[in-house]
Amino acid sequence: MLTKPKDRKELLINGFLWAAAFLAVAILVFILGYIILKGMGHVDLEFLTQKPRKMGSEGGIFPIIIGTVYFVFLTILTAAPLGVGTAIYLNEYTREGKITRIIRFGTELLAGIPSIIFGLFGYAFFVVLLHDYTQGWSLVSGALTATCMILPTLVRASEEALKTVPRSYREGSLALGANKWQTIYKVVLPSALPGILTGIILSIGRAICETAALLLTLGGSLLMPESIFHGARTLSMHLYMVAMETGNMDVAFGTGVVLIAIILLINFTANYAIKKLVARNR
Amino acid sequence: MKKLNKPCRISQLSDKIAKPLLFGMALTAFSITVLIAFFIFQQGLPVLGEYGIWNILTGKSWRPTEGIYGILPMIAGTFYVTFLALAIGVPFGLATAVFLAELATEKTARIIRPAIELLAGIPSVIYGLFGMVVINEAMRFIEREILAGVLPPEYRWGYSILSGGMVLAIMILPTIINISEDAIRAVPRSYKEGALALGSSHIQTILQVILPSAKSGIISAVILAMGRALGETMALIMVIGNVPMLPRHGILSLFAPAATLTGTIALEMGYAGPEHRAALFMIGVVLFCIIALLNSFAMAATRRGVGK
Amino acid sequence: MPEKNNKIITENLNFYYGKFQALKDINIKIGEKKVTAFIGPSGCGKSTFLRTLNRMNDLLGEVRIEGKVLIDDSDIYRSDVDVVTLRKKMGMVFQSPNPFPMSIFENVAYGPKIHGIKNKNTLQEIVEKSLKQAFLWDEVKDDLNKNALSLSGGQQQRLCIARVLAVEPEVLLMDEPTSALDPISTLRIEELIQDLKKEYTIVIVTHNMQQAARISDYTAFFLNGEMVEYDRTENIFTKPKDKRTEDYITGRFG
Ligand SMILES: Nc1ncnc2c1ncn2[C@@H]1O[C@H](COP(=O)(O)OP(=O)(O)OP(=O)(O)O)[C@@H](O)[C@H]1O
Ligand SMILES: [Mg+2]
Repeated sequence: MLTKPKDRKELLINGFLWAAAFLAVAILVFILGYIILKGMGHVDLEFLTQKPRKMGSEGGIFPIIIGTVYFVFLTILTAAPLGVGTAIYLNEYTREGKITRIIRFGTELLAGIPSIIFGLFGYAFFVVLLHDYTQGWSLVSGALTATCMILPTLVRASEEALKTVPRSYREGSLALGANKWQTIYKVVLPSALPGILTGIILSIGRAICETAALLLTLGGSLLMPESIFHGARTLSMHLYMVAMETGNMDVAFGTGVVLIAIILLINFTANYAIKKLVARNR
Repeated sequence: MKKLNKPCRISQLSDKIAKPLLFGMALTAFSITVLIAFFIFQQGLPVLGEYGIWNILTGKSWRPTEGIYGILPMIAGTFYVTFLALAIGVPFGLATAVFLAELATEKTARIIRPAIELLAGIPSVIYGLFGMVVINEAMRFIEREILAGVLPPEYRWGYSILSGGMVLAIMILPTIINISEDAIRAVPRSYKEGALALGSSHIQTILQVILPSAKSGIISAVILAMGRALGETMALIMVIGNVPMLPRHGILSLFAPAATLTGTIALEMGYAGPEHRAALFMIGVVLFCIIALLNSFAMAATRRGVGK
Repeated sequence: MPEKNNKIITENLNFYYGKFQALKDINIKIGEKKVTAFIGPSGCGKSTFLRTLNRMNDLLGEVRIEGKVLIDDSDIYRSDVDVVTLRKKMGMVFQSPNPFPMSIFENVAYGPKIHGIKNKNTLQEIVEKSLKQAFLWDEVKDDLNKNALSLSGGQQQRLCIARVLAVEPEVLLMDEPTSALDPISTLRIEELIQDLKKEYTIVIVTHNMQQAARISDYTAFFLNGEMVEYDRTENIFTKPKDKRTEDYITGRFG
C-alpha cells in the first residue's frame, strides 16, 4: 500500500514549520504596517520641511533629515575608500598567510562588538581625545565612529565582490603588459563594482539604523548643522529621543514612517544592484 | 633588439604607491580593533581596580551619584532578556530555517527570504517603538486586568523583562534563520537520500539526519544571535523600563522591569560626571569581556565543526 | 632544429610548484617567425612551460625556477628585467577566450592605452588594424561598442588575439587557443595563425595532433615534465626517434 500513513506527530511538526515561517512574515508586516498606519497621517510636506519646535514634540524634521544626509555622506566618504582599499589589499596583494589572517581576524572581531562599545570608544577617542580636531560632539565624531562600525561589512562585501572576478580577467590584462594597479583599476574593480556598490548601500542602511553609538558621539542637536564640526541628530536618534523624552508618539511614528521608507528604498536598491551583478557576470 | 629595462612613467609610479597605500588602509582597519580595546580598558579598568572586581560584579545596587557601583542587576537583566529571547527565537527561527531549506517551494521562499532580509534591516528604534506602544500596552493590560492579584504593584506598568525578550526574539530571528539555513543546506545530499531510501519520512529525515548533521552550524547561529542580543541597546531601553533592581519574585519576575548593561551606558553617558563616566566605561569592559568570551566559544565550536 | 635566428632559448630549465617538479631540464631553441607546437598528455607541463616564457608563473605562490630563459639572447629572469615590458613583447592567448567585460573597441584599445597611447585617432587606427589582422573586422566593424561578451566563442577568441596584436608583440604564446571552439572557428584560427607567422614567432600548445601537424613547423613532445623529443614537425609525425613519441602520436597512450 503506497498511500501516506497518517502520523499525528508528523503532521504537527509539519504544521509548526509552516506556521513559523509565515509568522515571521506576519510579524514583519504587522510591525511595518502598524507604524506606517499610525504615522502616515502625520507625514506631510510641512512635517518634512519645517524645523522642530518644543524639543521636537511639535513641528517638522527638516534639520534632522539634513543631519542624517550629512552624517551618512560623511560616513561613506571615509568608510568606502578604507573598506574597499582593505579588501583590495587582502584579496589582490597578499597570499593567504599570517598578515592576512591577522587583519581579517581583526576586522571580523569588529563585527561582533556591540554598538554601544563603539559609542564609548568614539566618545573617548574622537570626542574627548581628538576634541581639537573634531570639536567634540559633532558630525565628524559621529561619522568616524560609524565608519569603524560599518567597516567589517564593507570589507567583507568588497572581498566577496573581488572574488567573483574571474582570474582569467587578471591574467588577460597582465599578459598584455598591464601592471598590477592598472589591472586592478581598469579591469578588476569595474567588474566587481556592482558587488561593492551593494556592500556600500547596505552599509548606508546600517549607518542609518545606528543609534546607540551616535547618542555618545553625534551630540543630538536639533539645530540645522552648519558644518561638519557641529552636532546633529539622525532620524533614528530623533525617533528615540522624541518617544522617550517628550512622549509625543505622533512625531515618533511620523519619523518612523520616514525611516521605514528610506530602509525600503535601500533594500530595493541593494537587491537591484545584486541583480545587475548577476546579469553582468553571466 | 629591444631592451627589457623599465620604462619610467606615471603608471609605474601609481603601481609603486598602490601597495603601501592599500597596506596602510588595511592596517588602519585592523588597528581600530586594537584602539577600541585599548580605550575601553584604559578608561574602565581603574574603576574595576579601585572598587574590586568582585564587589562590582556582585554588588546589588547601582547608585552612581553616591559612588556605589554594583552591576549585578544589570548583568542579570541582560542575561534574563537574552535567554528569554533565545528561548523564543531559536525554536521559531530554526523552524523557519528548516522550512526554507526543506519544505518551501522556490516561489514561497521568494516571499519569505526578502521579508527576513528586511527584518534584519529595520532599525532597533523601530522595534523599540513598536514594543513600547504595542507589546507594552498588551503587557500592561495583562498585568493590570488578568494578573493584578498576584503581581506586586511595581510590576504593573508594562515595561518588563518579558517585553524585552519578545522584542529581542524578533530582532535575532534573521541571524538564526540565515545561518542555520546555510548549515542545513550544507548537509550533503547523500545523507538525506540515504535516510529517505531507507524509508524514513521527510520529517523523520529532517529530525534524525539533517538537523544533527547541521548541529555545529546551528550552534554558531545561536551563539551569534546571543552576541547580537547581549549587545542590543536601543530597543531594550525603550521597552524594559531601565530599573537597575534584581527581580525577586520567581517566575513572576518575567513581569519585572529591569536594566541592561548596554542600556545603562547609553542612558547615563549624557549626564554622567567624571567618575560616573569611568564607571560606565567599566561596564563597557565587562560587556567587552562577555562578548570576547562568547566569541571564543563560537570559534571553538566552528573549529570542532570543521574537524568533524 | 633551427640553427640560426633563435628567438627563445632555454637552458637547463627546471620548474617547481612547491616541492613538485613540473619541468625537468628543458633545453630548447625556438626559431624566429616559426610556428612551434607543444604536444603531450594532460599534466605534462606544456602550459607551465609556456607560462615561464612570459613570467606569468610569477603570479603564483610558492614556485621556484632554475636555469635560464633567453629571449633575444637576454635572460628574462634577471632581476633588472621589467616584467611589464616582457609581457608586452610576449603576447599570450589563453585556452578559453577571456575578453574583458567591456566593449569590443575597449578590449582592443586596452593594451595600447595601458602603454600610454591617448590619441583617439591613433587608437582607432590600431583597433581597426588589429581586428583586420585577426580576421574579425568584417564581422564587428558596425558595432564596436557592443559588449565583447555577446560575441560567439570563436569571435571572442579572435578578439583576444586582436587584443594581443594591438600591443605589437614579437612572440605569440597560445595555450590551446582552439580547445573551447567549434570546428569552423578552429579552422579560422588556424588560418589566422598561418597568416600571422609571417610577422610573429608563434608557440602553440595543443592537444590536437592534426592541428600540430597542419600548422606548425616544429613540434616538441612533452611527457611528465620532460621534453622527450623536439624536431621538425614532419619528422615527429613520420619518423619519431623516441619510442614514447611514437606511442603517443599513434594514440597508444595519453
Ligand atoms: N598552480 C599550480 N600549483 C601546483 N601544481 C600545479 C599548478 N599548476 C599546474 N600544476 C601541476 O603541474 C603539472 C603540469 O601542469 P600543466 O598545467 O603545465 O600541464 P599541461 O601539460 O598544460 O596539461 P593540460 O594539457 O591538461 O593543460 C601538473 O601535474 C599540474 O598538476
Ligand atoms: Mg595546459
